[in-house]
Amino acid sequence: MIRWLAWIAGGLVMGGIVHLAAILILPRTATRDAYARLSALAPVNGFAVLPIPTPDVSSVPFMDPAFATAVCRYDLASGPIKLTVPVSQAYTSVTFYTRYDVAYYAINDRAAGRRSIELDLMTTKQREDLPDDEEVTAADRLIVESPSATGLIVARAFSPEPSLLAAATATLAAAQCRPA
Amino acid sequence: MRLLIGLLLSFMVAAAIGLGSTWYALTQNLAFGPLALGAWTAYPRNGTVGVDPYAHAAIVRNGELPVGVGDGIAFTATTDDAGHLLDGRCDLRLRGTTPPARYFTVTLYSPAGRLVANSLDRYGFTSQELIRDPNGEFEIIASPRARSGNWLPTGGIDSYVLMMRFYDTSLGIATRAGREAPMPLLQLENCR
Repeated sequence: MIRWLAWIAGGLVMGGIVHLAAILILPRTATRDAYARLSALAPVNGFAVLPIPTPDVSSVPFMDPAFATAVCRYDLASGPIKLTVPVSQAYTSVTFYTRYDVAYYAINDRAAGRRSIELDLMTTKQREDLPDDEEVTAADRLIVESPSATGLIVARAFSPEPSLLAAATATLAAAQCRPA
Repeated sequence: MRLLIGLLLSFMVAAAIGLGSTWYALTQNLAFGPLALGAWTAYPRNGTVGVDPYAHAAIVRNGELPVGVGDGIAFTATTDDAGHLLDGRCDLRLRGTTPPARYFTVTLYSPAGRLVANSLDRYGFTSQELIRDPNGEFEIIASPRARSGNWLPTGGIDSYVLMMRFYDTSLGIATRAGREAPMPLLQLENCR
């Protein structure tokens, strides 16, 4: 009897290990995550405007229908990316996601100021390799470090009422992300 | 022989416990650090690099893109204040004020995250569209049948999810529940 209980207890411990391993490994094995879903729509190092969500079509679940959305799938392997997102009338934000859909940085038009959100995206290694001249460290050049070499940049422009959605979409059509 | 049966038993228990608990964790939304205000729940950490492994696995599995903390915060409600599941065949009264934010949106989704079809193509409200009372409060009625005022059609579906997203707001990881963040009350009534 004791022997069987020992086997079951061993099974429970192994079950716990299986559970933890599954939770930690799952993000790396999922094939229908946001990055995979958007890979078909977004080019590498270029923005694509996503269709406005409808009951039949939604690029990712739980999209906010009051926003126009554009996605850039970046790849820093060949160097840093320069990002320019024009600011729309109401509210514009840019969110950075790693390859595994972790939102590591987000900025909105108020924090960025001016007429467009402009910044440089690079890996930690690429930032270390930057020459230490003053122009580079100038305050007007915002640098964001990406924890992964690939990922997603998602620009969102708010439309306070449905009639302004076309204007918000047009603003995002001018967004750029390309090698610096 | 005994050893073999014992090992087999062990592996069966391990597989059942390991996979069962993983499935449970992913479908029951067991993320850490919820910010619960009445029926509304937000997970501010999900929009940061500090996202916990359970929330991360669930986000990846569902294919979502969480709202980043520098952008805003997303609250979800699946029940009313009394704990009844949101049912599209009932009327839901959403009433009150909101925490300070530059803009907010209220959106109705199916449990899978799709918008719900209706003849008006009305899937939610933005803070600019709402008709408000003189005191600044507002009332939205989510109902399968047309209503005056702020009517949010439910399409008569069995269950739905409401999301309130606040953009450019001070709400976040440091927010404690209570007075600093008044969320609208939810009351389900007139079920048919």
